[in-house]
Amino acid sequence: MSNVIIIEPGRHELNYWRDLWRYRELFYVLAWRDVAVRYKQTVIGIAWAIIRPLLTTLVFAIVFGRIAKLPSDGSAPYPLMVFAGMLPWTFFSAGLSEASGSLIANANLITKVYFPRIIMPTATIVVAFVDFVISFAILVGMMVWYGCAPGWQILLLPAVILFAAIASIGPALWVTAVNVKYRDFRYVIPFIAQFGLYVSPVGFSSNVVPEQWRLLYSLNPMVGVIDGFRWCILGGQSNLYMPGLAASAVVSAFFLWFGIRRFRKTEASFADLI
Amino acid sequence: MPAPVICVEKLSKRYLVGHRAERGAHHSYTALRDVVGRELRNGVRKAADVVRGRQVVQGDSVEEFWALRDVSFEVQEGEVLGIIGRNGAGKSTLLKVLSRITEPTDGRITLRGRIASLLEVGTGFHPELTGRENIYLNGAILGMTRAEIRKKFDEIVAFAEVEKFLDTPVKRYSSGMYVRLAFAVAAHLEPEILVIDEVLAVGDAEFQKKCLGKMDEVSRREGRTVLFVSHNMGIVTSLCPTAIWLDQGSIRERGPARAVISEYLSRRSSDLERVVRLAQIARKQWVQDDRLRLESVEWLCDLPLRHGEPLKARISFLTRAPVSAVAVGIGFSNLEGTRLLSYETDLQSRLRKDFPNPGKFAVEVSIDSLPLGPDIYSLDIGCRSGDFHGLDYLPACSQVEVIAGPSTPGTIVRKGTGVRLSSEWSWHFVRQTGELLTASG
Repeated sequence: MSNVIIIEPGRHELNYWRDLWRYRELFYVLAWRDVAVRYKQTVIGIAWAIIRPLLTTLVFAIVFGRIAKLPSDGSAPYPLMVFAGMLPWTFFSAGLSEASGSLIANANLITKVYFPRIIMPTATIVVAFVDFVISFAILVGMMVWYGCAPGWQILLLPAVILFAAIASIGPALWVTAVNVKYRDFRYVIPFIAQFGLYVSPVGFSSNVVPEQWRLLYSLNPMVGVIDGFRWCILGGQSNLYMPGLAASAVVSAFFLWFGIRRFRKTEASFADLI
Repeated sequence: MPAPVICVEKLSKRYLVGHRAERGAHHSYTALRDVVGRELRNGVRKAADVVRGRQVVQGDSVEEFWALRDVSFEVQEGEVLGIIGRNGAGKSTLLKVLSRITEPTDGRITLRGRIASLLEVGTGFHPELTGRENIYLNGAILGMTRAEIRKKFDEIVAFAEVEKFLDTPVKRYSSGMYVRLAFAVAAHLEPEILVIDEVLAVGDAEFQKKCLGKMDEVSRREGRTVLFVSHNMGIVTSLCPTAIWLDQGSIRERGPARAVISEYLSRRSSDLERVVRLAQIARKQWVQDDRLRLESVEWLCDLPLRHGEPLKARISFLTRAPVSAVAVGIGFSNLEGTRLLSYETDLQSRLRKDFPNPGKFAVEVSIDSLPLGPDIYSLDIGCRSGDFHGLDYLPACSQVEVIAGPSTPGTIVRKGTGVRLSSEWSWHFVRQTGELLTASG
């Protein structure tokens, strides 16, 4: 017969990536399920995806722009700059928190059916991406309102979005894996999400960071993601700090490798631990 | 002979279980100092485990527990193999390892062909989604592609008899409809190897019959290899020509199903389990209320049970939160799963009770004369609260043997005697209709 499966301790790596491909339909279906279920039995439904980042942007624009009088990127309107940073940040933090709880929320699946477990957290990141796309429509609306046309840089937006996805998946996988073992991480995630919002250049431009600290600051992968995103959207208004972008990219790549590795290591025992 | 479809060689699976150390009898109180000391020691041990990358276990001491030990067997293509054994014998672990849900600790399995496991009906069903959406979701979870599901869609819907409710969220389904839909999806899987755990213990009798027919068709006509775990000996005998008896993680016997089962049953009832532990048994998915958990049943009368003789049992349970108007019941079913006899606190005397404080409690039941004829029955135990809410339910949690008592007529042959109640009969002379035919006439 064509496919022979061998089950041995520590040997499930062998068919892993082939299995992943075979189970791609499950990935679509799980992602679709999470999206379909997300706003069921809510009054304003999908509007939640818009209200949260919009209100935070409003507050940030007032606090950082008006009260603290921080400079924007070039001549870009301050709220627009904040919102352009808010989008990738919300994508990242939503992806992280959704993914970290995904295995525990689907414990009944983990203990009853086999599939490459990595499908579960990555499928939830699709949900975060759908929210991202919805808020992106608002961003377009804001750009029209402020009469702010993007330059040729917008063509690189897909690459930046991919960067954002990679930056989210790596840490998300790692956190998901440890969360199954040590539920303490349940309390850590909301904290990271809140803390990171202020540490990353969401409410302000990363140009306000002093030059000598800039490279160190860019070790936070979200700095590169947010800067890149703003550069694409605001065109010439925001200049790109290349060493920082490179540093963020390296850190993201490292986290992706590390996340997958940790996930694969603990994966085999998920069903026993959960 | 072609290579076996499933080849299991020296398979073992170990779990680590944590225990809380018993305090000495003279310590009737728990000092904060003790607690702090214990937590500190455990904390240090856990931290060390984290550093070493070992599994962290709660408790004071760690014990190894071998759920499977050196299990080896082969299954040929098209074979339908039943797996029997008491609770905790390792049946479910074996299925989990076979279906790659958990890794073995040692040994090796070779599978030739696509495997699908059905350890539960309706795995992954989402209550908010409609019947149609859940068919696709559940199908994908069980390993079907969308094209396969689309092809079988009408067949699945017809089998489940839910045509009218396809676009209703399944949370509005009755439990019967839910189970039918779930089984219908699973029944249309087309793997080379199918692994099934006790899923037939659901639904009404008619649907069960339909499921059994489908199972039979899958195995016999389509020549697929099936591994089937069940407590229901009737189903195992009718479906599986061969069987394996697992006992404490090892294979005790393998052979023709009838022989293995009768050996298992005779050995079982001679073990005379006075206490049936219920705490560890996996609950059905819909048992969600965890305010009360049944712990054990203890027989307080002679074993094996005797027809026509008194029965006395004590059912212990644990409450975690306040529950009111608790009713407890026990039932006896035949091995095909049809309930023959029920006793509950409700029916006899409306004897319900409130438990405002969490704790361990017990209720005792006495029956003057057990009406079950000599046979082997399965025991069902359930518990519900005042709002007709199921608290805990354990169908077929144990098998009990009933033997003939002093009052049992000697003509009763064991098997299928059912409920035999004592009743008043009297003979009457009505009228004479003719002469006695003695002479030739």
